[in-house]
Amino acid sequence: MSFFGLDCVKKKERELERKLRANDREYNLSFKYATNAIKTSKYNPFTFLPLNLFEQFQRIANAYFMFLLVLQVIPQISSLSWFTTVVPLVLVLTVTAAKDATDDINRHRSDNQVNNRKVQVLIDRKLRSEKWMDVQVGDIIKLENNQFVTADLLLLSSSEPLNLVYIETAELDGETNLKVRQALTVTGDLGEDIEKLADFDGEVRCEPPNNRLDRFRGTLTYAGQKYSLDNEKILLRGCTLRNTEWCFGLVLFGGPETKLMQNCGKSTFKRTSIDRLMNVLVLCIFGFLAFMCTILAIGNCFWELNEGSQFMVFLPRQDGNDAAFSAFLTFWSYVIILNTVVPISLYVSVEIIRLGNSFYIDWDRRMYYSRNDTPAEARTTTLNEELGQIKYVFSDKTGTLTQNIMTFNKCSINGKSYGDVYDYTGQRLEITQHTERVDFSFNPLADPRFIFHDHALVEAVKLENPEVHAFFRLLALCHTVMAEEKKEGELFYQAQSPDEGALVTAARNFGFVFRSRTPDSVSIVEMGQQRSYELLAILDFNNVRKRMSVIVRSPEGKLSLFCKGADTIIYERLHLSCSKLMDVTTEHLNEFAGEGLRTLVLAYKDLDEEYFNQWKQRHHEASTLLDDRESKLDELYEEIEKDLLLLGASAIEDKLQDGVPQTIEQLSKADIKIWVLTGDKQETAENIGYSCNLLREEMNGVFIISGNSPEDVRQELRNAQTSMKPGEDSVFFPESTLGKGVKVMADEAVNGEYGLVINGHSLAYALESSMELEFLRTACMCKSVICCRVTPLQKAQVVELVKKYKRVVTLAIGDGANDVSMIKAAHIGVGISGQEGMQAVLSSDYSFAQFRFLQRLLLVHGRWSYLRMCKFLRYFFYKNFTFTFVHFWFAFFCGFSAQTVYDEWFITLYNLVYTALPVLGMSLFDQDVNDVWSFQHPQLYVPGQLNLYFSKKAFFKCALHSCYSSLVLFFIPYAAMHDTVRGDGKDVADYQSFALLTQTCLLFAVTIQLVLEMSYWTAVNTFFVLGSLAMYFAVTFTMYSDGMFLTLPSAFPFIGTARNSLNQPNIWLTIVLTSILCVLPVVTYRFLFIQLCPTINDKVMFKVRQAKATLPPPPRRTRIRRTSSRRSGYAFSHAQGYGDLVTSGHYLQRPALYRSSGLTHTGRTTTGFSPMGRSAGYSPTGRPQNPKVPDVEGTSLQMYRTIKEPSL
Amino acid sequence: MGKVKPGPLSRRPDNSAFKQQRLPAWSPMLTANTVLPFFYFMALICMLLGVWLLLTVQSTQELKLDYTEAGTCDICFEKRKNVSNADQPCSCTVVLSIKKAFKGDVFFYYGLQNFHQNLRRYMDSRDDAQMVGRKNNLKSPSTYCLPFDKDKNGLPVAPCGAVANSIFNDSFTLRYMAPSGSVLVPLLRKGISWYTDKNIKYRNPSNGNMTLPQVFEGTGRPLYWQKPVYDLDPHDATNNGFINDDLIVWMREAAFPNFKKLYGVLYRANKPFVNGLPAGNYSVDISYNFPVKYFQGRKEVVLTTLTWFGGQNHFLPIAYLVTSCLILLIAVILTVAWCKFGKSGRNMEE
Repeated sequence: MSFFGLDCVKKKERELERKLRANDREYNLSFKYATNAIKTSKYNPFTFLPLNLFEQFQRIANAYFMFLLVLQVIPQISSLSWFTTVVPLVLVLTVTAAKDATDDINRHRSDNQVNNRKVQVLIDRKLRSEKWMDVQVGDIIKLENNQFVTADLLLLSSSEPLNLVYIETAELDGETNLKVRQALTVTGDLGEDIEKLADFDGEVRCEPPNNRLDRFRGTLTYAGQKYSLDNEKILLRGCTLRNTEWCFGLVLFGGPETKLMQNCGKSTFKRTSIDRLMNVLVLCIFGFLAFMCTILAIGNCFWELNEGSQFMVFLPRQDGNDAAFSAFLTFWSYVIILNTVVPISLYVSVEIIRLGNSFYIDWDRRMYYSRNDTPAEARTTTLNEELGQIKYVFSDKTGTLTQNIMTFNKCSINGKSYGDVYDYTGQRLEITQHTERVDFSFNPLADPRFIFHDHALVEAVKLENPEVHAFFRLLALCHTVMAEEKKEGELFYQAQSPDEGALVTAARNFGFVFRSRTPDSVSIVEMGQQRSYELLAILDFNNVRKRMSVIVRSPEGKLSLFCKGADTIIYERLHLSCSKLMDVTTEHLNEFAGEGLRTLVLAYKDLDEEYFNQWKQRHHEASTLLDDRESKLDELYEEIEKDLLLLGASAIEDKLQDGVPQTIEQLSKADIKIWVLTGDKQETAENIGYSCNLLREEMNGVFIISGNSPEDVRQELRNAQTSMKPGEDSVFFPESTLGKGVKVMADEAVNGEYGLVINGHSLAYALESSMELEFLRTACMCKSVICCRVTPLQKAQVVELVKKYKRVVTLAIGDGANDVSMIKAAHIGVGISGQEGMQAVLSSDYSFAQFRFLQRLLLVHGRWSYLRMCKFLRYFFYKNFTFTFVHFWFAFFCGFSAQTVYDEWFITLYNLVYTALPVLGMSLFDQDVNDVWSFQHPQLYVPGQLNLYFSKKAFFKCALHSCYSSLVLFFIPYAAMHDTVRGDGKDVADYQSFALLTQTCLLFAVTIQLVLEMSYWTAVNTFFVLGSLAMYFAVTFTMYSDGMFLTLPSAFPFIGTARNSLNQPNIWLTIVLTSILCVLPVVTYRFLFIQLCPTINDKVMFKVRQAKATLPPPPRRTRIRRTSSRRSGYAFSHAQGYGDLVTSGHYLQRPALYRSSGLTHTGRTTTGFSPMGRSAGYSPTGRPQNPKVPDVEGTSLQMYRTIKEPSL
Repeated sequence: MGKVKPGPLSRRPDNSAFKQQRLPAWSPMLTANTVLPFFYFMALICMLLGVWLLLTVQSTQELKLDYTEAGTCDICFEKRKNVSNADQPCSCTVVLSIKKAFKGDVFFYYGLQNFHQNLRRYMDSRDDAQMVGRKNNLKSPSTYCLPFDKDKNGLPVAPCGAVANSIFNDSFTLRYMAPSGSVLVPLLRKGISWYTDKNIKYRNPSNGNMTLPQVFEGTGRPLYWQKPVYDLDPHDATNNGFINDDLIVWMREAAFPNFKKLYGVLYRANKPFVNGLPAGNYSVDISYNFPVKYFQGRKEVVLTTLTWFGGQNHFLPIAYLVTSCLILLIAVILTVAWCKFGKSGRNMEE
């Protein structure tokens, strides 16, 4: 199957139009369309080794070590044995290859699993079960209920009336509501008849493969007729068939050409910014290395000319080498010796540290979600430290911020509000898991999962309060939900939107059970009695109407119109007699909206039989009109939906996941910007934005960009910029200079906090290359950004845009297939696991079950990983530079002959054994402050975003520091030793003793430096540090022992050196002196720094020390508050921030939107930008002692909560 | 790993301190309470050490004499310029006077300047396996010895390589010009190398009861040597071959181009040397063989007494004293900085 994959990669010419004929494989094969096999894996068994090695050697470091290896086998140059390079290199390559192989095997598995799914295909006039990967373009396949759609299909026929099918598109766009597709009548007539279907020879011409989910254009030619095809007749791969027994479809696009796969984006090898920085640094180091070697080579040349030529009596040159050639050889010899500036063990260690920190993420119990037994998982082990540098978080909404569960939470019926729980003193209680629930056992058809706490409502129902009954009757009748009753009494609702489902479920539990529907009737069980209502008309919802009505005839013959819709809309159509009720309900509505609930207003009206008949007549006429049908119908709807009687209002909670507002608050304290990219509608998205603290009441403004043309959008963006930075001219960018050169856009200061909401249409314009900078600039000036109605690809584009112009690290988090492209595009992709679709998780780098774990991932794990990695790198470069520079100084004393300062064994083992474990220990265990304090001080995260711990500057400092250390480490022993003898007069100034002395000094110096770096001493660290020193002496004494020498005299020439020199006091006095001198400036610098300009870390650590005397702060746990009414940010902000709002000037700047006059208010403008101030939906939760009296009279428009518009 | 425990919480991570990163730990921080006392303490320690070491070093005596062209050696110096005269012996004498008697053990060193024993190719040019007595290596020395592995006749050289070949071959006789006449100063010429070198690192190849010359049969002497390796010490048969003390001392290559190597130790059994070297005039008779003109080197003799600390090297004491002052200075600066900024704790406020 990989061959097919390759085929489509190789295809050069772009397809301009797709032509295919049903049931004609031969014809279709001539176009070489991709089959339905998908391939996400990279290698196969044969290509693995070469491809993987090729990839690995693209890493500069690996190539460099290969090169070193070549140098080392040339005898004239070789200044070190070849195995010093081979062992680590092979180790690195193997480990990486093994990891890549397992990753790829997993991808193969998932590919295989998908490719081997079975589907029924019509072949040779018979239905046969075939594997997905064998399905070809032009085949007719049969799908059954709850099956995944195999490929992009043209719907031919279905089991349902009118050739309808219902599909769920969650995998594609994240929306879980059902959508409807309808086949052409001409194909629908084929029905289930295999013979007819086999004879079907329609020809399709359509657009080439593309990634637009919402558009399709093509024509079907069948029996001489041409039919036009649009998106409504297409089933896309990734959808699931629901409520439809079977359907037949014609495959249009297969495998990699399906819209789902085209939307997946390219999977690229992700690297962290530290990786990139390291590559740059390694290049610099190479330059520096070449520089050092050149100096030494020139030195060698001069030395050979001046002294070497005279020394030739004792040391003849190798045949015919003159000084210049000797210098040339010396250059390469020094390349080998000084290669330790870029040691390969650096890369091994980096991988180990990342792996270790990934395990910590896997092991973290606080990121484990017990409800569905899902631990967090680090699926990529190479990106950890980047988690500590995130500046932008791109989040999906549905399933990520929200649970995608709507619950009926509160309602207001006839001026009485239900849903809150009060204790006997009248205090409102916070609803927790332990609050007593309403018992619905009186109703055998109740949904057991439905939870309600206010007993008053159930009492009202039982007392047969007519308004309450009417309220629930309306909910049971006025909707478009489908009911499925597989077993008697076990009802399942299929709703187009979750909120509708919630409302119908609520009615069901309160005794008004919607049981089934036919096209012209709705049967409900009303308090145990089966009743069937004749359904006379559905005045359906749309975006302009923002309401929905049904006209029904009750079994008694009474005609009624039931209507539910957005408050502003319904209020305009109420009968004057309700004005008093309206005021009370408005109060309740404000209260509900203030708590972040989605509200609907319910109203009804009894109809006159005669009037209705006449209206019906006109309606029929209008609906058959050819032109102007829409507006005529609208007029008719307007006409009948008036003088309504208000029943009350419902409040639905779009349940946020636990701890979302707190998480967002924490992240924004850590200076992380959060953008929500959602496929949802603007209102929904905005509402969630408020309830999860993204948009806040005290923001200076929220800009809505919803222009319908590029000019509008540009203008709106400019207006937004001007109001954020009033001082500046409206011409922000001299656009000519923006040109091609990719620039980095700096962050700009603005005069306050702003939010931005942009919808999909405008976003499409804003992402065009001419406007993207304008958009980015505006968006980045805002504190939070919400993009709604965006396609998966746009999500990726937004992420790419930020990546392109901002030098920042981005993270994308999502749960569905529609987030895959964004997850792949961002530096870090996080998948929410434990849900049904696994696409997001599979392409993510990290996955966990709840959005709130993000704060732990970033603020704790990310921060620590970054800190550890930076400490590691700084220390590692320090220790290796110091190690290497000593060679450099020695060169001036040994005639630039590429003699090493240290014993060869020491060189081999220095990085692998003597210093490996202590620094690994530090980078696996170190923490400046523990997790509790990390949460308490999210500001600790900021240095990571600013790259403070490891940058070119930090690196340069390291290099300077090691330069100093190496000077100390070479010249102190030199001066102390060069003219000294042992206490018994024997030699101690010999080369071997000097080597031993310097390497011991070096080891002590770097160990003490590590001790200074380490801020978290566990027993393991202590063991590693002391153990490594002990190891050094043990190994040294062993290597220098008689036995080793006598076995291999030429490999262990240092025999006896340790015994003969380490027993000398002056040796130890030298070691002590070098240690003191190496440590002195470091301690001085750090101490002074802490005193003069302490960093945030110093401050927090200081606090920790102070707090140790007292008790540590209690861990801030995100409490599980499932039905808490105080969850929403809207309510929160009022609890404390209201006074500020009134006294600050902002309150006055904003247009005061009064809605007590409600009827005249037109709502938010949907075109053009409006600096929207949401003011003053006072929540009584802030002041429990006075629960129900709003003390702010002017209340603004609430979000109108609407049911979802049907289909895409 | 891999085990699938049944149960609803089967994938829950262990609650171990290690996995949850809650290992008990000590978090040190650089605070004034620890840093400042530590600095003052270190200053004091270094000061005491420095003074003590200085006193120790001052108690030693040392006398250096560059004899490259001194006294009558200028003739020999000129003679050795020319390679063709290499075979002709040349002797000369230099005089030196000791103002104050050298008390205790007196050590006699020869010193070379600008002689690079630490060149990579020079240092590699030896065969440790040969010198530990491996018979294979005796007859076929390692290629590292090139071009000093075979002599003119194609015989394998023992010991091979540039290091052994360039052995320092001046010899000295120290005379004390006592008022009663010149007395030969007795020097112990054995026991001047490391025990490990003498007994382990260097061994003569053994072959039954064969004498040394027989053992070295079939090998040639190094190019610049006048005597074969088994005949280095005419007075002591056990000090010949690879275990000759002078050879061992030479083979321990110096780390730097200026070095001194032990030649002999004063034998204090007889008068007038029981207490060391008495004050007075001395002469050194030198058999001047080693050419230094080629590499612009210098040769010297050094007479010195020692303490536990070694010879007269002032560097460490002075370095300790300087370091002590430095630490003290820094400690004062830090104290001032701390009093001014850190003491109140205001700098730690956010």
